[in-house]
Amino acid sequence: MAHDERRRRFFAYLNLFITAMLLLVLADNYLVLFFGWEGVGLASYLLIGFWQQRNSAAVAAKKAFVVNRVGDIGLNLAIFTMLFQFGSSAFVDVNDNAASLGHGWATLIGFFLLLAACGKSAQVPLQSWLLDAMEGPTPVSALIHAATMVTAGVYLIVRSHAIFAQTPAATLAVAIVGTVTLLFGAWIGTAKDDIKKVLAGSTMSQIGYMMLAAGLGPLGAAFAIFHLLTHGFFKANMFLGAGSVMHGMNDDVNMRHYGALRRAMPATFLTFAMGYLAIIGFPFTAGYYSKDHIIEAAFTRSWVLGLLAMIGAGVTAFYMTRLMVMTYAGHKRWLEGVHPHESPSVMTVPLWILAALSLVGGLLLNDWIGGWLAPATGAEVEHAGLLHVSVIGLVTLLLVAVGVFLGWWFFRDEIPATAPASRSPFTIAGRHDLYGDAFNEAVFMRPGQVLVNGVDRFDSGVIDGSVMGSASIVAGASTVVRRVQNGYVRSYGLTMVLGTVLVGLVLILGQMG
Amino acid sequence: MNPNDYLILSAVLFSIGVLGFLLRRSALVAFMSIELMLNATNLAMVAFSNVNGNLDGQIGAFFVMVVAAAEVVVGLAIIVTIFRTRRSASVDNANLLKF
Repeated sequence: MAHDERRRRFFAYLNLFITAMLLLVLADNYLVLFFGWEGVGLASYLLIGFWQQRNSAAVAAKKAFVVNRVGDIGLNLAIFTMLFQFGSSAFVDVNDNAASLGHGWATLIGFFLLLAACGKSAQVPLQSWLLDAMEGPTPVSALIHAATMVTAGVYLIVRSHAIFAQTPAATLAVAIVGTVTLLFGAWIGTAKDDIKKVLAGSTMSQIGYMMLAAGLGPLGAAFAIFHLLTHGFFKANMFLGAGSVMHGMNDDVNMRHYGALRRAMPATFLTFAMGYLAIIGFPFTAGYYSKDHIIEAAFTRSWVLGLLAMIGAGVTAFYMTRLMVMTYAGHKRWLEGVHPHESPSVMTVPLWILAALSLVGGLLLNDWIGGWLAPATGAEVEHAGLLHVSVIGLVTLLLVAVGVFLGWWFFRDEIPATAPASRSPFTIAGRHDLYGDAFNEAVFMRPGQVLVNGVDRFDSGVIDGSVMGSASIVAGASTVVRRVQNGYVRSYGLTMVLGTVLVGLVLILGQMG
Repeated sequence: MNPNDYLILSAVLFSIGVLGFLLRRSALVAFMSIELMLNATNLAMVAFSNVNGNLDGQIGAFFVMVVAAAEVVVGLAIIVTIFRTRRSASVDNANLLKF
């Protein structure tokens, strides 16, 4: 990055992003929020495609942009519906009048908002762009595609709690989308060898937890924001850590080429380990508090959601352990000519700060964040103490321990340099991002192409044909008629005389008749 | 006074003018033929003025004269220019403005 010629542009884009993100968060009105929403989308597009000379980056940027537009349609329609129903899109007016909203309208707005959140937060079925978004520079992945922008959808849902309070259907849909995504993301995370894609799958999964919490209504909304904050700490930490590793490994992202980096890069290893402990929910770290609260809240809603969230926590532990073992433990599997070294302090100091927050963020926030957010989330939540222990929490910890053990067990030995061919349908599906692209292509792109080709043929055949045909008829006729204009003044004169005689005859005959 | 004689004379003069314009190639002759047609109409208008006992026709004749004078100024200038560039005053030679 330091040697990039377009460094200035990079920071300009980042500042554009931060401006738009602040606008999004500080808006008191859905319309202003939408402005920021589009701004972060634009900045995300520009930054994913920052290395525009790489075709894959340009394609990924375009994909992110297009998929995000699908979600934006949802937000647009939600705002239109609000303006139609309330005559205003200010949060104050919407929240005050939501109670008098008809059930059907509330459900409609709820689903529109869910679509918007799915697009921005990479939730199923609009999840496919986030993995490709890893084409951007790693700091961008840390800031935009882990910590801030992708969580905007969760913020939107939580902020619209008054609407969702009126519509159990949409609320349940949010919870289901969150649960599905947290399992999808974890599944993808277990199958990838690209360190950034593992983290991207993990981000999807963690945002799935937030959506699940947001879908639990006032019970979980505060926890969604709590997890959003702690996730921001530990995931940004790990993304920047991954950037540091890549910096040492000549920008190689394949974990199969890593191994034994804990000695070569001690600071990166230690900070990454702190983020790792936080994300698997090791007791008293940030993730322990925020994620366990969500799982417990999910159990109070429905044991299905709770159980799936709990399994997700176990899978999270598995794939994060896999990442740690493949990257930092084991033997050196470095490619030739790679000499890993610790990154300079300009890269490690932010890591230490974020790592510290990953460890203590939960302790700091746990006791007051629910009450503090009560005006925004609509309800006070019960505060679980710092030393709160429950059966659910213990079972979750047990699952996490199993996940960690399996992650270590499978990858403790030699790891082949290329991914072994697998016949397991789970692995194959995971390596193909659960066929999200194939699904989009078959369901949206192909029919769209057929439709567009048909319309194009109709346009060029029927519409253009009729226009061009009438034009050529006129042109052909005028080719014949224009011969009359032969340039001889006397023939014009004769025409005039004949015309005058004709008019005169008509007049005279008319008088006589 | 019998106005028919004047009208017949006017019609004869106008016909001569029309035929002259259509049959002769020289731009100057064509121009004179146009003047002849204008004056034939003047004669008709003055005759009608006399028949009706008011001055409307005579005023009309004056207007035609004014217009004819203006037309002569512009028309002669054009003819002179054409003659200078093409060394000919034949209207059939000046036939570039066509399809």
